[in-house]
Amino acid sequence: MLLHLTLLHLTHFIGTQDAGELVKGLTAIGRGIAYGGAAIGPGIGIGIVVGNAITAMSRQPESAGQVQTTMFLGIAFTEALALFGFVLAFIVSG
Amino acid sequence: MLLGLDFPPVAHLVNWPTIWGSGAFAINKVVLLFLLAAVVTIAVLMAGTKKALVPSGAQNLAEMAVDFIHNNIIMQTMGPEGMPYAPFLLTLFTFILTLNVLGLVPLIQMPANARIALPAFMAIVVWLVYNIMGIAKQGPIGYFKHILFPPGVPKALYILVTPINFVSDLFVRPFALAVRLFANMLAGHLILVSFVVLSTALFNATKIGAIAPFALLIALTGFEILVALLQAYIFTILAGVFIGLAIATPDHH
Repeated sequence: MLLHLTLLHLTHFIGTQDAGELVKGLTAIGRGIAYGGAAIGPGIGIGIVVGNAITAMSRQPESAGQVQTTMFLGIAFTEALALFGFVLAFIVSG
Repeated sequence: MLLGLDFPPVAHLVNWPTIWGSGAFAINKVVLLFLLAAVVTIAVLMAGTKKALVPSGAQNLAEMAVDFIHNNIIMQTMGPEGMPYAPFLLTLFTFILTLNVLGLVPLIQMPANARIALPAFMAIVVWLVYNIMGIAKQGPIGYFKHILFPPGVPKALYILVTPINFVSDLFVRPFALAVRLFANMLAGHLILVSFVVLSTALFNATKIGAIAPFALLIALTGFEILVALLQAYIFTILAGVFIGLAIATPDHH
């Protein structure tokens, strides 16, 4: 619905405004969507990783060192997806 | 724009004018930082090989780094058989950490890893090391069999597992390794730059209004020190994990 309204608005816009401005605006929207979308999953994922690591560490404090190493690895793998989105946002802008 | 806020394009933040030379061999600020980090890394390796019984100064610091690599990276990922890789991992760790920390030193303030060239090169080196060592340890057939047909997986699932493992082990791993370091450093640099721009604009416009963003800028610089350490650690430990997975003989599973 919102997208439809936006598109209607944009088609109206093309007639009156410079096309370059339109491309610039759409690029900015694309960058926002690329990074925003890519940040959702990893955000949840890192939450799960760290939450479970804390549970494990409080249950077995003696294994905290090993859990921490694994936690950082888990964060690194999950975070990579968000970073791909970050890089993509710059690629989109050309 | 509001308050005269003018954010420079990203290309302006990481490109530096050539100081000397031209073409592919031009020397600019980033290249100077590479050289400085290389000198620091060699100095740490030299200091670490000194044989004084009671370590002092640089030797102390180098032995701390070696201890960290041994206990927190190699023992956690590869076990005792990974000890021969300590010099390689120490070199990676020191080099990345130096470049990351130099990115926060006042007047330098350019994380050289925010340009993808160096992370990509280091990721390719790690990729070569773990593949070559895996092939040397298990033989080409055993190595690729181990990657593509991991033991203990039901036969029918190989339709799914084999292509995923092929893409993930040989392509996504080095790419993610490079992009992780690069994007973290670039993102940190951009955040600091945006707060500098905001502080400057608010200082010019209202004087008093710049206190909040400037305080946040100091806090974020502290956070970036943590990120600099963490990214050096993660790059090194992932290199350790990949080498460890490659050289592990199949009967360990």
